[in-house]
Amino acid sequence: MYRDLICREIKYKGHEGVEKNAYYARPDGAAGPFPGVVFIHHIPGWNEVCIETVRRLAHHGFEAISHNMYSAYGEGDPDDIGARARAEGGVSDEQMLGDVAGAMAFLRAQPQANGKVAIMGYCSGGRQTFLAGCRLKNVNAIVDCWGGRVMVKDKAALTAKQPVAPIDYAKDLNCPILGIFGNDDKEPDADQVNKTEEILKSLGKTYEFHRYDGAGHAFFDWSRPSYRPEQAMDGWRKTLAFLNKNLR
Amino acid sequence: MCSYITERTAIMGSAKGRQGWMAVDTAVIYYDHPTHVPLDHALNIDFVDSRSHERVAVELSADSARELVARITAALDSGDAIHLGSREPVKGAAP
Repeated sequence: MYRDLICREIKYKGHEGVEKNAYYARPDGAAGPFPGVVFIHHIPGWNEVCIETVRRLAHHGFEAISHNMYSAYGEGDPDDIGARARAEGGVSDEQMLGDVAGAMAFLRAQPQANGKVAIMGYCSGGRQTFLAGCRLKNVNAIVDCWGGRVMVKDKAALTAKQPVAPIDYAKDLNCPILGIFGNDDKEPDADQVNKTEEILKSLGKTYEFHRYDGAGHAFFDWSRPSYRPEQAMDGWRKTLAFLNKNLR
Repeated sequence: MCSYITERTAIMGSAKGRQGWMAVDTAVIYYDHPTHVPLDHALNIDFVDSRSHERVAVELSADSARELVARITAALDSGDAIHLGSREPVKGAAP
C-alpha cells in the first residue's frame, strides 16, 4: 500500500481529440512501474465517490484516472451537471469510447506506466466498461460493477446515443472480465447476470463473476443507504486481486 | 435504472433556487437513482431555466409522487371551480 500519493486534476485528449479534464492519482516516491486503471464515472456525475475511487486505486499501487465525461456541460455541482447531461440524453456511446481511449492513452504515456490498463465502472459506468472492453483495442482487463442494461430487456430503451446493447458485442471482448453484483439488484437482476455469464461462457471468454447476498445496487457507494460494508470490502478485495493478477 | 431515459415538457412558471426566484421553462422527469433522498430509486423532477441552466430539483418516493399527482389534479380542479366558477369543487380536494 502506498500512503504518499500524487493527485492532480489534469487535462487529457478525449473523444475527437478534444481537451478535457480528469482526476489522476498514482503513488508518490516510488519508481513503479504501475499498471493503470480508467474509472468511468456513473450517470449522476463526476462526483466525490468517483474521485475517491481513483485515490483508493492509487493507494493500492495503480495509476488511476477518472475522466469527466460531462465536461461539455460546464462546471458546478456534479449532480447539477449530471442533471443537465441527462436532460440532453446523456453521453453517447461513441463519445464514451473516445474519452476512455484518450484516458487510456494518457495513462500509458506516463513514465511510471507498465503499459497495462484496465477499465472499471459502477452502474452505468459498468455498462460502459463492458462496452469499452468489447469495442476498444489493447484493454488488459475490465471490472464491471453492477452494470445496468448490459443486457437490454426492452429494445425501446435503446436510443440514438446508446443504440446497441453491450451484450451484442460480447464476442469481441478480448480481455478478462470481473463482474461484481448484488443479488437484490433490479438492474441488472439475477436473471440478467446469469444470462450474461452464460453468454461469456459459451463464447469461451475469461470471466470471474461474484454475486452477493444482502446487497442490491451500488453497494460500494459509501454515500448511499445501499452501502453494504461487508460485501463491499470483499468485493474490493476481489477487485484488487483481479487487477493485480491481470495487470502486473 | 442507470439510464438516461427522461420525460420532459415545456412549462411556464417560476421556482425559487439558490439565487432566489427565477423563471423556469422546462421540467425534466425521471425515475432513477436519486442523489439525496435515501432510496434506491426515486421520482426526480428538475425545474429548469434553460437559459442559465439553473434548476430546482426534487426527489420523491414513488408513492409520494403518485399522491402528489393526484393532489395537483385535485387542486387544479378545485381552483377552476372557485376562481372560474366553472365546476364544482372536487371531493377530497384541499379547501
